[in-house]
Amino acid sequence: MKEKSFIPYLFVAPYVIHFLVFVSFPVVFSFFLMFNQWNIISPMKFVGIQNFYRLIHDDQFFKAIFNTIVFLVIHIPLQIIVALFFAVMLNQKVRFLGFFRAAYFLPVVVSGVVVTILWQQLYGFESGLLNRGLSFLGLGKIGWLVNPDVAMPSIAIMATWKNVGLYIVLFLVGLQTVPSYLYEAAELEGAGAWQKFRYVTFPMINPTFFLVLVLSTIGGFSLFIEPYVMTGGGPLNNTLSAVLYIYKQGFFYYHMGYASTLGFFFAGIILLVIVIQKKFVEKESR
Amino acid sequence: MTSVQRKPIDNNSLPTEKIDRVTAFNKKKRSNGRTILNKLFIYTCLTIGAVLFIYPFVWMLSASLAPEKQMSSLVLFPETISFNSYAQVVDKIPIIRSLINSLFVSLSVTFGVIVFGSMIAYALTNLEFKGKNLIFYIIIFTMTLPFQITLIPQYILMVKFSWVDSYLALIVPYLINGLSIIIFQQYFKTIPKDMIDAARIDGCNEFRILFRILWPNSVPAIVTVGIMTFMGVWNEVLWPIIVIRNENLMTMPQLVTLFAVGGRAESQLGVKLAAATMLALPIVIAYAFFQRYFIQSMASSGLKE
Repeated sequence: MKEKSFIPYLFVAPYVIHFLVFVSFPVVFSFFLMFNQWNIISPMKFVGIQNFYRLIHDDQFFKAIFNTIVFLVIHIPLQIIVALFFAVMLNQKVRFLGFFRAAYFLPVVVSGVVVTILWQQLYGFESGLLNRGLSFLGLGKIGWLVNPDVAMPSIAIMATWKNVGLYIVLFLVGLQTVPSYLYEAAELEGAGAWQKFRYVTFPMINPTFFLVLVLSTIGGFSLFIEPYVMTGGGPLNNTLSAVLYIYKQGFFYYHMGYASTLGFFFAGIILLVIVIQKKFVEKESR
Repeated sequence: MTSVQRKPIDNNSLPTEKIDRVTAFNKKKRSNGRTILNKLFIYTCLTIGAVLFIYPFVWMLSASLAPEKQMSSLVLFPETISFNSYAQVVDKIPIIRSLINSLFVSLSVTFGVIVFGSMIAYALTNLEFKGKNLIFYIIIFTMTLPFQITLIPQYILMVKFSWVDSYLALIVPYLINGLSIIIFQQYFKTIPKDMIDAARIDGCNEFRILFRILWPNSVPAIVTVGIMTFMGVWNEVLWPIIVIRNENLMTMPQLVTLFAVGGRAESQLGVKLAAATMLALPIVIAYAFFQRYFIQSMASSGLKE
């Protein structure tokens, strides 16, 4: 019996060690760094709450948050509408279901770098595929990535194209769990198509909505590679994302203390937004 | 939408297929024309969608194979095929080396995550020990922790360990993954306890039970965790960019990213697209064969919160 008692700890030891070294130490250290100024090489300097003071006066920080909000406001509704549309279509006992699903899912498996390089060409101002299509139709060119007002929406559209396949599959799974007798009951009550959707489908796939909201929000705040490759955060910092800004502060200017402060704040904002979304979804489903 | 009461079933916009199956049989004759229209609408939408998602990749492939002059046409098949862009990529960056790096790193992490993840999940489901609940809560807590908090201090850790510019920095921090533990745990719960008890009576030790009895019975969970982890590590770019600066140690997505951002591919559309195609190819080939597993695994990485 004695011998047995230590074996479970052997099984969880890797986790505990990993957690202590790569999770709890970083979080504590990051917290500590918030009150210091440090570029890794020279000695650390205690600066009190100077980093916070700097943060509230940092226009770029607020710009990065604003940019993320712009991204989310376009990306989330677009993603939900497109995903739900295709999921509903696929749920109609179509032939070649496997083929269509695989096609929509293709951009999900391909690396974000590939998608970004590809769309950079599609979005090109002079010879990009999209603008040449527009010229062909006799319409004016759009500065997809060069117009400061359009750049972030362009990235949001691209991100939707890349990710929507995942959400189509998630919605499809959700739709398939809706028992058919609910529709039959609704029909007996005289419900039309929209009513059946609003009062049967929608509440039943509510968990999927929440999931899509949360995953998209986390994704929006993790946005990095797309602006890094396509725009470098420009034009006019309008595509500067939260992670890109942390990256710049940390690994371009080596402001480790300030970058940690940013990290904490962005993380706090993400958790706050998710809690609000959860409350909102719960209220809606009642 | 005029009359709500006795409208023939409209299946073009709603998942009413199951009712349709029951009622459509009776109404088949009446709504035949409408059904065909609906079907036409559905298939048209689905096909346009498929084209939207596939065409850009096909264009990328064909543009990367076209000589630089013909590149910017919308036409799918270039008149003459040229591997010039690919030759330039191979010439300018160690892309083959980076492919090997990526494979090594991703496979190591995947193996580690499967071994450690299943070990912890086994302890949580089948062993009794103090602090079990605490560990479970820590796993859940860690999963909700945004990575933005740990990014900077983890880099500092790598500097202090002298792991910058080594495979260790790419592998070790990823060896444990909360979601994989949860997936294994859920799956192990479905395996009958009798089987484990019988093995214990036969004198198997706990490691043997896990690797010889649970593993062969948990292939779906292993595949799910495996693909999920592999894809996650393979596609990661931010972390490699931070910890790897030596070109010969870079992962493939990282190298292609820096190639596209840096000056070396500038103004040469075909070269960038060739690099992107080379990066996409291994995964697309694997996806073509195992798409069902890819979709299952990657969707289940979203299903758990």
